[in-house]
Amino acid sequence: MSAEVRAEGGHGAVPVEGVATGTPTPTRASRRDWPLWEVFVRGRRGLAHTHVGSLHAPDATMALRNARDVYTRRQEGVSLWVVPAAAITASSPDERDPFFAPAADKAYRHPTFYEVPEGVQHL
Amino acid sequence: MPVTDPSPALQAAVEPDEAALAERFERTVAAEERIEPRDWMPEAYRKTLIRQIAQHAHSEIIGMQPEGNWITRAPSLRRKAILLAKVQDEAGHGLYLYSAAETLGVDRAELLDLLHAGRQKYSSIFNYPTPTWADVGAIGWLVDGAAIVNQVPITRCSYGPYARAMVRICKEESFHQRQGFEILHHLSSGTPEQHAMAQDAVDRWWWPSLMMFGPPDDASPNSARSMAWKIKRFSNDELRQRFVDMAVPQAEALGLTLPDPELRWDAESGHYRFGAIDWTEFHEVLRGNGPCNALRVEHRVRAHEEGAWVREAADAYAAKHAARAGAEVAA
Ligand SMILES: [Fe+2]
Ligand SMILES: [Fe+2]
Repeated sequence: MSAEVRAEGGHGAVPVEGVATGTPTPTRASRRDWPLWEVFVRGRRGLAHTHVGSLHAPDATMALRNARDVYTRRQEGVSLWVVPAAAITASSPDERDPFFAPAADKAYRHPTFYEVPEGVQHL
Repeated sequence: MPVTDPSPALQAAVEPDEAALAERFERTVAAEERIEPRDWMPEAYRKTLIRQIAQHAHSEIIGMQPEGNWITRAPSLRRKAILLAKVQDEAGHGLYLYSAAETLGVDRAELLDLLHAGRQKYSSIFNYPTPTWADVGAIGWLVDGAAIVNQVPITRCSYGPYARAMVRICKEESFHQRQGFEILHHLSSGTPEQHAMAQDAVDRWWWPSLMMFGPPDDASPNSARSMAWKIKRFSNDELRQRFVDMAVPQAEALGLTLPDPELRWDAESGHYRFGAIDWTEFHEVLRGNGPCNALRVEHRVRAHEEGAWVREAADAYAAKHAARAGAEVAA
């Protein structure tokens, strides 16, 4: 037996050699699937909506219904948002964007920067 | 000032070279930080993840079949509702994972094509049949149990979207294992026939469950790279041992035996020792000679093709409403 097998993923042993890994999709337009929607759930009243994942759907109504079935089967939310992934503008292609660098050297924006004489309270 | 593309020379000066990017990647992984979709990553890391997440997703949805087989014949309404919920969860797990795979730049539609064409696989555990109701219990207890042992460490995988999907999945899995345990417990303490049915299912599922952890460490040379990338956290043998140590006392509580005469407690190591695994059977199943290999893929392809009209109808409906909304805006 030459092909290597490994306990990859959740249900264990699958072949790891001679397995296709797909073709990278250069543009959204080339997608054969329905548009991609990002899903946000408000866990309960008083909390903000939080991103939980994404799904494909032909329109917003179906996206909402599918989001309910995929992401709130156990009462995980009281409100759902679905947003077309293509409508999201992101800061940069890298999560370590120099865009955020200006905040790095401004420690004085945090209360811990300041010295407080011993014994002073409620400050 | 209008922003235009910088000249190639300028771009070269601005973009860090590949060695620097690779170094930053290694540093991020070593620091136990997560890699996110838009970060630079080595091509081999991306490919490994696509393969792993896609085949994991395929396993989830193919895994619906052996149990789905029993939904219409569950012995009570309670059991039927539980089994429906469990099988629906597995569809959800597949979706979380396809969505994680897509963040790596592949299309879900293509991944399904690759599954249907046999160019990507799923776990061979789902190529065993489920001839009795007790099999539903044994799958929940042993197969979902082994999956939990495999999946919990992936919640700390270095790739963010995969780790997050796994957190959701692991939360849902514990119900799967418990409902299976409960089924077996009821059967085991029922009539002699029911007890025998439970024992027979455990006898058939025990060894394939141990094989789910993959070949012994010395026969899995490339695991080291996945360990270094923090995609895999523990070796196959470590996880298998962890599973055996949990399952043996549970089998005792069930009043069932495990089909391994060499199974014994080893006080010195603090672990249960078990007999040698017959890997020839495993490789046969993997090669496509398992009892249900052809059946599973055929069924998946048929479900996909017979569901085409639903997808087309949804498309047509969306197009009609988009056109109507467009006309209203124009009016
Ligand atoms: Fe699952
Ligand atoms: Fe499960």
